[in-house]
Amino acid sequence: MPADRAKYSPLMQLCAGWQSVWVIRGQLSRRTYLLFAMAGLLLPLAAWWWLAASGVVDKVFMPGPMDVVNRIYTWFMEDNLSHDMWISTYRVVAGFTLSAILAFPIGLMIGTYRPVQALLEPLTDFIRYMPAVAFIPLVMLWVGIDEGSKIAIIFIGTVFQMVLMVAEDVRRVPITQIEAAQTMGATRGEIVSLVIFQSAKPALLDTLRITMGWAWTYLVVAELVAANSGLGYSILRAQRFMQTDKIFAGIILIGLIGLAIDQLFRLIHRKSFPWLYKK
Amino acid sequence: MEIKINIENAGKTFNDGSIVALKDVNLSIAAHEFVTFVGASGCGKSTLLRCIGGLESLSGGDINIDGRSIDGPGVDRAMVFQHYSLYPWLTVTENIKFSRQLLVNREGITSSDVEAASGRADALIDLMGLGHVRNAYPNQLSGGMQQRVAIARALLPRPQILLMDEPFGALDAQTREVMHDLILHVSKLEQTTIVFVTHDVEEAIYLGQRVVLMAPRPGRIDTIYPIELSAQRDQDMKLAPEFLRYKKEILARIRETSGMRTDLELLERMTRQAQPQNDMQ
Repeated sequence: MPADRAKYSPLMQLCAGWQSVWVIRGQLSRRTYLLFAMAGLLLPLAAWWWLAASGVVDKVFMPGPMDVVNRIYTWFMEDNLSHDMWISTYRVVAGFTLSAILAFPIGLMIGTYRPVQALLEPLTDFIRYMPAVAFIPLVMLWVGIDEGSKIAIIFIGTVFQMVLMVAEDVRRVPITQIEAAQTMGATRGEIVSLVIFQSAKPALLDTLRITMGWAWTYLVVAELVAANSGLGYSILRAQRFMQTDKIFAGIILIGLIGLAIDQLFRLIHRKSFPWLYKK
Repeated sequence: MEIKINIENAGKTFNDGSIVALKDVNLSIAAHEFVTFVGASGCGKSTLLRCIGGLESLSGGDINIDGRSIDGPGVDRAMVFQHYSLYPWLTVTENIKFSRQLLVNREGITSSDVEAASGRADALIDLMGLGHVRNAYPNQLSGGMQQRVAIARALLPRPQILLMDEPFGALDAQTREVMHDLILHVSKLEQTTIVFVTHDVEEAIYLGQRVVLMAPRPGRIDTIYPIELSAQRDQDMKLAPEFLRYKKEILARIRETSGMRTDLELLERMTRQAQPQNDMQ
């Protein structure tokens, strides 16, 4: 009886607990989960701290956490950090929104009607493998070098992926849901708007959440184009002056904004689709 | 006897004719009749049901309802699927009222119609024993309860024909028995013509006034068994000699038509091959 024996000493209890955590696809109490999550975040931070403090690596190459925090502070006080954050967020959200406006109807049609799929999916598949960075010269020629070009790069980077993901979400709607509507006398338009779209909505919001992440990864690329503000631009300029702490700060800030937006999407998901969370 | 569904020389092929799912199917189904279809897999029973429902079109022949050829799905023929057909974002009541909601959206009906539909929905919720879950979402319900909702939803517009495609196939045996008596009750109460496809012979005999046995390659009707049991079915009947006789006869015929014998030969051959190894141990 291993369970009985485990009662004997706290050490054995801990061992038993340790073993029970490693069940394949097992359950984890909320407390234990948080414990592991904190460890996952704090251990790398501690390692970073130690590496910077030990002097093994030159500070120019590896600034410590406190250097980065200080940099964020001076950036905010003296260098107009809030403007950089605002303009970058604006570019990402604008490019992303444009993508969504285009990708949703096209993806919906690809996922619903075979001829549209045959017409557009191979083309989209082809274009999405073209690197967005390679479009920069063209974008500069076509759109110019003002805000539009940065938004265009983010748009190009996300729209093709989004079309394919939306199409896939729509295709995942169970055929029986559609056929049930047909036998209840629904017209084609009603099936698309009242069944397919409604059924795919949670997956579509997840697609938005994931592509929003990609949009942020294209920010630095977008701000290669004749920018004079923004987080990506600041990272690029900091390299020229060997301000590694600012590079760190920029990357971490982008990560934090991304995380916040991600959490916002998750919140909307929980609020909009209560049936998924009721058991 | 009034004929409700008439199937004449129905044929259906897939893959440009290389797969013959249905060949020369002829059958008349009377109004208010409860007909069940059984057969080995690949016999085309589900395909035939889907053709009656208008979800598939025939490659040849004709299916008509009250003398009119069918052309696509219609509200006169409701369908209940095995699973995943409910709308998870709608509550039980909203699911049941879905077909009526379509009409409301089209603004083609008056408020009195809506009220009548509400009364009908409430009656069906009571009939199906869904009163306590009317505001729940489908994924909060057991499989059996979900199928009750699917049946209620199908019945709402008072269809003349109810097509059921292995509706209880995913349920456990006890729940299935309850559903059998429920659907028999419904068929008497609503006077709906029911076409019911299943792979469970016992279910087919218990529910059907006629059991239609189909055979594969090509999909066709093999034998039709009129079930001469008391119209008032009860679970004990399943152990009665005449019930068991039907069961034995139909099961034997399914085995004969399914090509299962080759599998048995294969099994025998494999056993023989395995023999020397056993000797060595």
